Amino acid sequence: MKEKYLINARIIDPKNQVDVIGGLIIDENGKIKASGKKITIQNLPSDSEILDLKNQILIPGLVDMRVFVGEPGYEYKENFRTLSDAALSGGVTSVVSMPNTLPVIDNVSMVDFLKRRGRDKSKINIFPAASLTKNTDGKQMTEFGLLKRKGIAAFTDGTKTVQDPQLMSRIMSFASQSESLIMQHAEDNILSKGGLINDGEISTRLGLQGIPSLAEKIIVERDLSFLEEYFCRYHISQVSSEKTVSTIRLAKKAGKIFSAGVSINNLSLNENDIGDFRTFLKLSPPLRTENDRLALIEGVNDGSIDVIVSDHKPQDEESKRLTFAQAATGAAGVETLLPLALELYHNNSIKLDKLIATMTSNPAKILQINKGSLDTGNDADLCILDINKPWVVKQHELKSKSKNTPIEDRKLQGIVTNTFVKGKNVFCRNK
Amino acid sequence: MAIIKKPKAVKIKQNHLLGIQDLSFSDVSEIINEAKTFIQLNRSSSKKMDLLRGKTQINLFFEPSTRTQSSFELAGKRLGADVMSMNIVNSAIKKGETLIDTAMTLNAMHPDIIVIRHQDSGAPNLLSQKVNCAVINAGDGRREHPTQALLDALTIINRRGKVEGLKIAICGDILHSRVARSNIYLMNMLGAEVNIVAPKTLLPHSIERLGVKVFTDMKKGLDKCDIVMMLRLQNERMQGSFLPSPREYYEYFGLTPDKISVAKKDALIMHPGPMNRGVEIDTNLADDINRSVIREQVELGVAVRMACLKLFCKKIS
Repeated sequence: MKEKYLINARIIDPKNQVDVIGGLIIDENGKIKASGKKITIQNLPSDSEILDLKNQILIPGLVDMRVFVGEPGYEYKENFRTLSDAALSGGVTSVVSMPNTLPVIDNVSMVDFLKRRGRDKSKINIFPAASLTKNTDGKQMTEFGLLKRKGIAAFTDGTKTVQDPQLMSRIMSFASQSESLIMQHAEDNILSKGGLINDGEISTRLGLQGIPSLAEKIIVERDLSFLEEYFCRYHISQVSSEKTVSTIRLAKKAGKIFSAGVSINNLSLNENDIGDFRTFLKLSPPLRTENDRLALIEGVNDGSIDVIVSDHKPQDEESKRLTFAQAATGAAGVETLLPLALELYHNNSIKLDKLIATMTSNPAKILQINKGSLDTGNDADLCILDINKPWVVKQHELKSKSKNTPIEDRKLQGIVTNTFVKGKNVFCRNK
Repeated sequence: MAIIKKPKAVKIKQNHLLGIQDLSFSDVSEIINEAKTFIQLNRSSSKKMDLLRGKTQINLFFEPSTRTQSSFELAGKRLGADVMSMNIVNSAIKKGETLIDTAMTLNAMHPDIIVIRHQDSGAPNLLSQKVNCAVINAGDGRREHPTQALLDALTIINRRGKVEGLKIAICGDILHSRVARSNIYLMNMLGAEVNIVAPKTLLPHSIERLGVKVFTDMKKGLDKCDIVMMLRLQNERMQGSFLPSPREYYEYFGLTPDKISVAKKDALIMHPGPMNRGVEIDTNLADDINRSVIREQVELGVAVRMACLKLFCKKIS
């Protein structure tokens, strides 16, 4: 591979607090050789490959901490190849894959399968998560040490919560030995039992059973209490309510060390969007009120919330063409993560560097991986975007195998034009 | 009796009757006025008409129902429609067919009207998107039961001349009740003042946002009311414990002569049925012919459903 010179870009690298007009050099091994304002058209070697970005924005490839792949077991919803295509089209170069497959990713032999499929079929970096408990049953913890050694990046029961407090305390206690990252989907099963959407005026009007925001807060409070006794690397996968943001804010102020994420859906939509029983908006955690949405934005701005995830959960048509109660939960979103997030920049909700940090350097730091920054020597995983380009989300244009986007027909501003993984230009949008 | 203004040849805009929320004041007036014309017919010896001759009505009941299903069946037959009631217990749905597939199958048989009751809120909406005929909601989950609210309004109008200005208390299991929701929308639309009385565990979130006053004390909620609507305690929908016991519920929320004494002297007692006597209502009160209009509700239910079948069936053809 020849050296590549990307020039005339606005380079934003939140980890290194860089926001300059300049260029970036990719070496022959696909690593970042240098970047900065000194790399311009004037000082390039004559025989190199040059890509003029024409003032587009160059950022580190996105790290999405919450993505569901259908392999194994649900290949009809999404496979590694379709996930990879979808991710690259959205500038996402690394994902943490959830263990809620069939069978569940809960033992060492499954990890080899994932790594092999990920390597052979996808062009993105797959960081597999394994379950916290065997078969996500919430009864027996998995082999944190052995799994981590095999390459598991994090542990979570994905769509499920460890309900048993004794088991959770032991998980946190034991996992600290191997410095494993524990990610909790925070929802009390009993409080949310039978619930379909946020408990509030909309649930009353639609006659759908509600999920109270307390179901989330109670688990977060429980786990944060455990954290005092059993310190470990702890991450709350997705926060959805104002109440939980307040709890997290106070805990962080008190010096507790942990991190929290939020789905782009909860930042950009609210319960009113469910409209006339639109099952594509059936999500977990549920969309809540506009007040909650604004509190989540505030949480991102003040650092209570560290990362934004797509919560990419492809569902085949048959799983969604049902009554709201019967329909499957989740929305496809990896390829619209960044464009939808940019809406928060364009409407002045979140500053651009902050926004990009939540999808690059922050998740990389939590995962302890060398991604999400333009550090010299890192793999050249890059995302190039035209931040002002208007476009409209169309289901049939999505690359994901399942088309269950919650933002069909939404007018967005900003689109990914090129994506690089390990120095290779693996995605280029046709003009 | 009729005091609802006669609308000027308005046509109902909706193709389907999915809920009171979708109806306008003039839609409701048209249905009520139409229903009134059927009351006498239903009391006469020759009840059969041929308004819907050649039309096919399918009753699709996913939940057990006695009065609503038979009411719709009678209504259709009296209008001359061919009525088929699907027995869901023996149907393909039990074999795993989805609602949409069932709808497509039925649609292929060219019905003119489908009456659906389903345990999931929103099921009639989904069905209506997939079929070419009118869909009438006969109760979906906790969301709406529009014909019940319409027959309640007709009963009140029949007795009191109008709904406007009346004070109506809806009491009991509001949380699980589609009847309560449809009645809240309808009575508000017709200009009544609506009180809700229930224990806190049986109140839906933000119910006051629907334009009602909320009480947890029967005597405060029933104070000077013209109409007392009791709801059935829906034990079959309750997951877990909402109440200590039926006895405690009756003590505080059951309708008794003592509690109703604070309502207006001539206050009417209503109940959508089936009743749990001695749980939500004193058995003598339920049968008090001077106050209870529970049987009249059932009677007028047929007239209201005839009106709905006629108006919505026409709409499609």
